[in-house]
Amino acid sequence: MARVRTGVRAVAAVLVAALGMTLTACSATGGKRAEDARRAAAQAAEGRANVTTPRWTVAMVTHSGDGDSFWDIVQKGARQAAAKDNIDFLYAHSDEGQQQAQLVDSYVDKKVDGLIVTLAKPDALKASVARAVAAGIPVITVNSGSAQSEAFGALTHIGQDETVAGQAVGDELDRRGRKKALCVLHEQGNVGHEQRCAGVRETFGGRLQNLHVDGTNMPDVQASIEAKLQSDPTIDAVVTLGAPFADAAVQAKRTAGSRAEVDTFDLNAKVAAGLGNGNLGFAVDQQPYLQGYEAVDLLWLYRYNADVLGGGRPVLTGPQIITREDAAALAQYTERGTR
Amino acid sequence: MTAAAPPAVPDRDERLTPASPLRKLLARPELGSVVGAAAVFLFFAVVADGFLRAASFGTVLYAASTIGIMAVPVALLMIGGEFDLSAGVLVTTAALVSSMVSYQLTANAWVGVAVSLLVSLGVGCFNGFVLTRTRLPSFIVTLGTFLMLTGLNLGLTKLVSGTVSTKTIADMEGFDSARALFASETTVGGATLKVTILWWLGLVAVATWILLRTRFGNWIFAVGGNADAARAVGVPVHRTKTLLYMGVGFCAWVSGQHLLFSYDVVQSGEGVGNELIYIIAAVIGGCLITGGYGSAVGAAVGAFIFGMTSKGIVYAEWNPDWFKFFLGAMLLLATLLNAWVRKRAEATS
Repeated sequence: MARVRTGVRAVAAVLVAALGMTLTACSATGGKRAEDARRAAAQAAEGRANVTTPRWTVAMVTHSGDGDSFWDIVQKGARQAAAKDNIDFLYAHSDEGQQQAQLVDSYVDKKVDGLIVTLAKPDALKASVARAVAAGIPVITVNSGSAQSEAFGALTHIGQDETVAGQAVGDELDRRGRKKALCVLHEQGNVGHEQRCAGVRETFGGRLQNLHVDGTNMPDVQASIEAKLQSDPTIDAVVTLGAPFADAAVQAKRTAGSRAEVDTFDLNAKVAAGLGNGNLGFAVDQQPYLQGYEAVDLLWLYRYNADVLGGGRPVLTGPQIITREDAAALAQYTERGTR
Repeated sequence: MTAAAPPAVPDRDERLTPASPLRKLLARPELGSVVGAAAVFLFFAVVADGFLRAASFGTVLYAASTIGIMAVPVALLMIGGEFDLSAGVLVTTAALVSSMVSYQLTANAWVGVAVSLLVSLGVGCFNGFVLTRTRLPSFIVTLGTFLMLTGLNLGLTKLVSGTVSTKTIADMEGFDSARALFASETTVGGATLKVTILWWLGLVAVATWILLRTRFGNWIFAVGGNADAARAVGVPVHRTKTLLYMGVGFCAWVSGQHLLFSYDVVQSGEGVGNELIYIIAAVIGGCLITGGYGSAVGAAVGAFIFGMTSKGIVYAEWNPDWFKFFLGAMLLLATLLNAWVRKRAEATS
């Protein structure tokens, strides 16, 4: 044990040294201090309850996995609308269809005043949504499930049609004169991902190949794209299906010495920066903030005024093609995590 | 020796018989994996166009090194008779801590790197401490750590930075020098070689030296072979195991810093599932799941096989829908070949 104690003492010494460093070794650039300065300049954006309606409760259940940046933005939109509408907002998620259905059931048991559900796995959720409708709870579907939404008894669907978004990418690739593109799927078996790539294939005049990568392992994503670009130097466009993977693709392109243009679905601060400095060609945004915000706001409108939007058709939040020109204007919104 | 001395006893102890070089080679734990690696290499050299180019070799080595850096301490831990299921998310933890400390304190990037080292070693120490104090199986202890770290990665990141990924620290002081150490690259003869390859080879060399040339190496084999017997002859079993877990922590720190400084933003949900890949690499490399047998070089070869297979499939342009199937089949074949060679080696020695 004596050795272990020596080890502990050594660790303590390093800790003290590190703390000493934090006091003396501040960074003059970047960091939280810079962020605080920015935030102080634009404090007014926070939502406040603007209505006198009773405090209704709205629950949202999504198919998000843990720590997904996309769903983080959806939640931000929903929370801001809830703050403005005097709504108590509840959120739960599971990427397993059965568990997602159980979460919906538990909110139905709680008798919430409104329910927002994603239908990535429609069959698993059919019974639970029917239960909610039977219990008189208004349901709005978001993101995925535009085809099933109405049949399941939902008021409205708010989201992006994945195939339409893919088609928009195919058109944009044609406009940019691309001949051979790579579609990088980071989650094997995700129906929406397959639809996106299939949509690109429909409208794209050139050839499109799919590449599956392991989305939880970023160096593997990079090495796989690198390997693909090396084995086929004629590829002139790489399309990633999620914003975090665009940067890995840019690095893969550089190390592989490829001249392919990197384009991506979805947006984040790094993608906005990449568009600005020309590392990325374009991004397709489906505005996740809008999906959360509109869903909560429409439930409020329905309870308050029996308003319904879309007339039985899905309300589309995308695709919006974003290029270099838009990047500067969007950078501040991606920075705070709402675009 | 005097003339009256009796002639050498013909049936002297067989353990003292000098082994022939060939037999020595056959008894090495990594031999099977080396044969397997050669087979995988030849296979892809034939079927995959472009696999043999220098640039491709750099890519394969990079893929192997990111697994290999972690496979080394995991192999040592397995030789010592234990598992670590928290190794995959610990890499993400190391990257998150480093990024968030630097950002939130607006401190030099190296401050985050230093605090991250302490946290990583601390988690390893915690694993070892709980394991040796409670005598629970390592499967349970590290599964608990795995789940706690997964939750902490998400919960703390969101609590501190308000989003599920960290903020960029690329514009902060110290970033460039830290990137040079953890995520730089050079081009040699058309191949882009990442610095992780150097870290990997260095760690393999150090681990091999520890295993074969130091007293601590003997302790590792002893506690993995039979912990009670080892304790009876005076091996500090608890300290050995705790240090092995801290070794995993150290390498997770290296891996995590690479992740942070090559992408500068870290997603908090990453790393889950990678712990199995590290264990697979160690097993392919000849480490016994039951402990007491294996080598660091073998784990490195195991990581290399993994890197060749996962990228070879891309070079071969096989239908990506079958990716996981091919990967599984290749791994199984390599391991079977490895086991077969080892059995032959044991039969002839």
